[in-house]
Amino acid sequence: MAGKILTGIHYMLGDHACAEGAIAAGCRFFAGYPITPATEVAEWMSRRLPKFGGVYIQMEDELASMAAIIGASCGGMKSMTSTSGPGMSLMMENLGLAVMLEVPCVVVNVQRGAPSTGLPTLVGQGDVMQAKWGSHGDYEIIAYAPASCQEMFDLTIEAFNMAEKYRTPVVILSDEAVGHLREKVVIPEEKAISLIERKKPDVPPEEYLAYKPNGDLVPPMAIAGEGYFVHMTGLTHDERGYPVITGEAHEKLVRRLLDKIQKNKHDIIKYEEIETDDADILIVSYGITARSSLKAVQILRKEGIKAGLLRLITVWPFPYEKIEELSRKVSKIVVAEINSGQVRGEVLKAIKSDLPVIGVHKLGGDLITPYEIIKKIKEE
Amino acid sequence: MEDKIKEIQFAGFGGQGIVLASYLLGQALTIFEKINTSMTQSYGPEARGGACSSGIVIADRPDEMVSYPKVTEPDVLVCMSQEAYSKYIKTLKKGGILIYDSDLVTPEENNDVEKYPIPATRKAEEIGNKLVANCIMLGALQRITNVCSMDALKESIKNGVKKDYVDINLKALEVGKELAEQVLKAGVKR
Repeated sequence: MAGKILTGIHYMLGDHACAEGAIAAGCRFFAGYPITPATEVAEWMSRRLPKFGGVYIQMEDELASMAAIIGASCGGMKSMTSTSGPGMSLMMENLGLAVMLEVPCVVVNVQRGAPSTGLPTLVGQGDVMQAKWGSHGDYEIIAYAPASCQEMFDLTIEAFNMAEKYRTPVVILSDEAVGHLREKVVIPEEKAISLIERKKPDVPPEEYLAYKPNGDLVPPMAIAGEGYFVHMTGLTHDERGYPVITGEAHEKLVRRLLDKIQKNKHDIIKYEEIETDDADILIVSYGITARSSLKAVQILRKEGIKAGLLRLITVWPFPYEKIEELSRKVSKIVVAEINSGQVRGEVLKAIKSDLPVIGVHKLGGDLITPYEIIKKIKEE
Repeated sequence: MEDKIKEIQFAGFGGQGIVLASYLLGQALTIFEKINTSMTQSYGPEARGGACSSGIVIADRPDEMVSYPKVTEPDVLVCMSQEAYSKYIKTLKKGGILIYDSDLVTPEENNDVEKYPIPATRKAEEIGNKLVANCIMLGALQRITNVCSMDALKESIKNGVKKDYVDINLKALEVGKELAEQVLKAGVKR
């Protein structure tokens, strides 16, 4: 098909950059249900995908959207859906299915004020824990928190790469402020974008076992229609993919699913350190609030206060070791996030001392301003 | 003043092209002047008639990313409704610039701001389409602040509005510039 990615420099909406990033990553199937503030992702896909011979489907709801992208991925297409909190809740059941079936796919959650329908048009960052714990059972997830329109593009490509590499659903945990922000987005030439594709079976169909890893913890994935027999079930299964309802089989399967993310976390985890080398006060933040935190660091540094920022680019897996390491060098940690303290809880888990961990929290609707962070730092 | 403009707030009601004006300026600066900006917007659930605003934050250094992207204390307020005026005049920086549609906004006396009355909607109707009032405001903003070149704004219009509307928007830009010229000649009021 004639479609070409928009190589060049654009003044682009965050949501649009995310969708264009998906297309650049090779996504050719999108199923979703429009919801503020993620609608612009779907809109962009509906206009652009047909030009690439791709498929856009507006589904009846978010349960079906998530199911459809799992099916499309099993059929060999890179697939994505986008939503916000209320839709994310509906996707939770099938997100767990994608984890269990080991189906690569990308789920974009442009967070708004919550719980429930909350604040449709206003910002929130309250779905961090939901991404990790919202579906039932023990599972690991990869989740990115873009902080700019450029990252909406770049990290969506990265999300697809990680989804393919580890055969797992990946969440883009964006927020209304970044989704509706407009900034410069540089889109490279198609050939300059490096893509990772899922491993295909290296044995003939009669020898293929759908859930047998070869060498690492990730089994090669046969595509429906290529002559391989594949059985997929959400029930605990053996290497053939057939249900085996025993504790032993469960231990083996679920342990591998956890390990394939946990043991590769050094390949997956991303963060940015700003002025942390000599920092006395460490701010930990992510998404749009990392921008407020960056400004706070700039202002504090001008005042002679040694502040630094650890910006989480992946929120899951969580960088416990990095935070523990930095905690030994600073006199306090400040966590800024638009929720009541979800990442602050993880920071507390990470540190091994009684270092003060101060939260700057809002429950949604408004950004945390740099001055609110500075004020909190100065009064504690 | 012109070197130091960092934040510009556009405000009015839905349907006036507030967000488009902001987009055209942001794009002009970012793409055609190569000075990074961030643009935010807020509006109610209504498509037309509800309160609507949009802001541009200009980076400290051209190639640097804007850190905090939301306008907090604008240097310039472009106002196209009385409601928007009441809401945002408090945020305008001391000594800041107020550009307002003089048929739609009646500013208070004795503000410590520079006031530029621009009859944008009326003039837009005169040149054939009241929808281009936003570009009249942009033209005035350009002449008053010099925050962005006229050429960059023209490029941005050619890039950012539908083909059939490019010419009338370019004309509106010139009309705005002319109106601002008249205000400057008559002497700026505080």
